[in-house]
Amino acid sequence: MNSTDDLSPTGPAWAAIVAAAIGCACFAALVDLSEAFKGVSRALNFYNPSGDLSGKSTVAVVVWLVAWAILRFRWKRRDIQHPGGLMILCVVLLLLSLLATFPAVFGLFATQ
Amino acid sequence: MEMGHREFLTALHGMMFGTVFLLLFSGGVIAILNLGTVGLAPDSARRQLRRIGLAGWVAVIFVWATVLLGTYWVYPWYRAKPPAGAALAGYPKYLLVSNPKTAEWHEFGMEWKEHIAWLAPILITAAAAIVTFHGQLLVRHANLRRAVLVLFATAFFCAAVAGAFGALIDKAAPVR
Repeated sequence: MNSTDDLSPTGPAWAAIVAAAIGCACFAALVDLSEAFKGVSRALNFYNPSGDLSGKSTVAVVVWLVAWAILRFRWKRRDIQHPGGLMILCVVLLLLSLLATFPAVFGLFATQ
Repeated sequence: MEMGHREFLTALHGMMFGTVFLLLFSGGVIAILNLGTVGLAPDSARRQLRRIGLAGWVAVIFVWATVLLGTYWVYPWYRAKPPAGAALAGYPKYLLVSNPKTAEWHEFGMEWKEHIAWLAPILITAAAAIVTFHGQLLVRHANLRRAVLVLFATAFFCAAVAGAFGALIDKAAPVR
């Protein structure tokens, strides 16, 4: 079931982690952009009964999967020796995602 | 004891799919923490990784089912606009915002729930993929193990917020 051995590089595993953080940040950015710009909200209204939530989630999932594929390809043989910077990047992206999806924060961007 | 199909799917969305995910989470975190045990035998590590991977993919299936069912079935019922003069009881969003005392359930609770829930499937899928395809690295690299725990913990927080508000909002204005 597990395809790794002792010599496997850590790059592909970090690619999955960083891509997930990018996908979450993308979703959060779309939440704030839809609040700030009615045009963005209308453009993301892929399925009318669900409103712009359908577009925000679809676009974020596509961005996440594309980011994962690209990072995996670029880091497939890379062994990341000092992942501290990547860890900080992911934690910052995830904190920003949680903050940007909090109603009191995205409400600041809301157009009347 | 009757339950309409909307009530059944809403219960399935929150109580069954959501709860299974939250239950699997706690076991997963403990098992990942155990991977860092000094002197863990390779066979034991492989067995644990198999179990975490299996539980992880079950969680992935349940959390995707929860958000997709929620976004494309339950949420449209919740936010449906009532025709002029209709009773608001069948239109939960409009029922909540019609009263200043309950409006915050929608404006804060539902707005937070519907968005934060979507972070959970992305995070838990990445965590399950790492356990399954790069599991041995988790045994050897504490940094990687910590990063996967961050994904798990954030996914749990998102699912817990969404689940709690879902239950409370459905109590204040049930989807029927």
